[in-house]
Amino acid sequence: MTEATGGIEMEEDTSGKVKKFLYVNRKAPYGTIYALESLEVVLIAAAFDQDVSLAFLDDGVYQVVKGQHTKGIDVKNFSPTYRALEGYDIEKLYVEKESMEARGLKESDFIVPMKIIGAQEMAGLMQSQDVVLSF
Amino acid sequence: MLHTVNKSPTERNALDSCLKHLTKGAAVLLIEDGVYGALKGTSTTKTVEQALKSHPIYALYPDIEARGMQDRVIDGIKLVDYNGFVDLVAEHANVQAWL
Repeated sequence: MTEATGGIEMEEDTSGKVKKFLYVNRKAPYGTIYALESLEVVLIAAAFDQDVSLAFLDDGVYQVVKGQHTKGIDVKNFSPTYRALEGYDIEKLYVEKESMEARGLKESDFIVPMKIIGAQEMAGLMQSQDVVLSF
Repeated sequence: MLHTVNKSPTERNALDSCLKHLTKGAAVLLIEDGVYGALKGTSTTKTVEQALKSHPIYALYPDIEARGMQDRVIDGIKLVDYNGFVDLVAEHANVQAWL
């Protein structure tokens, strides 16, 4: 059956098991490339229909703050992209309460609705994943 | 002496260490992720406000604005643009960067 394709199986089974992926974001945007790179990987992985969650803790909470205007530093403002994640069925976005509060931020400061959870709940979320990717 | 700090105070201790090493007439300029040190209501605000009593502290506005922090800057911290950055460097005899 695979003779016509030179032995390459054309109808490959891509349905495999759906795994739980967590992207852990702990760095502020712009000062380093981590935040942008994380978002790039999230968008790429979105094509694979996995169970994706995004966590923002420590300085990572700064990534999702409203009102970013980057013209003055001549760098791409990637913060509106967080609003587009919903269109890729990425809807589980978590902010760690302790990190938010230590930075004087509140729920209404974020660019998209975030689930605010405590460190202990965050630990449980991390524990429950198949794959954890850190940025 | 002009001291520049380009790291977030909640990620590295560059700001903390810088503030401990200020001598008479020294000024501090917060740039890049260092501008998170210029914010009200954070875990580092008190330390910065204390230093502000004896030393001028500046923050680079384009970096503040890029991060969406324009309405959160501590009263008394002066905002400068890139020209202001150059002026500060020219006004001081030497510069130390805290990375």
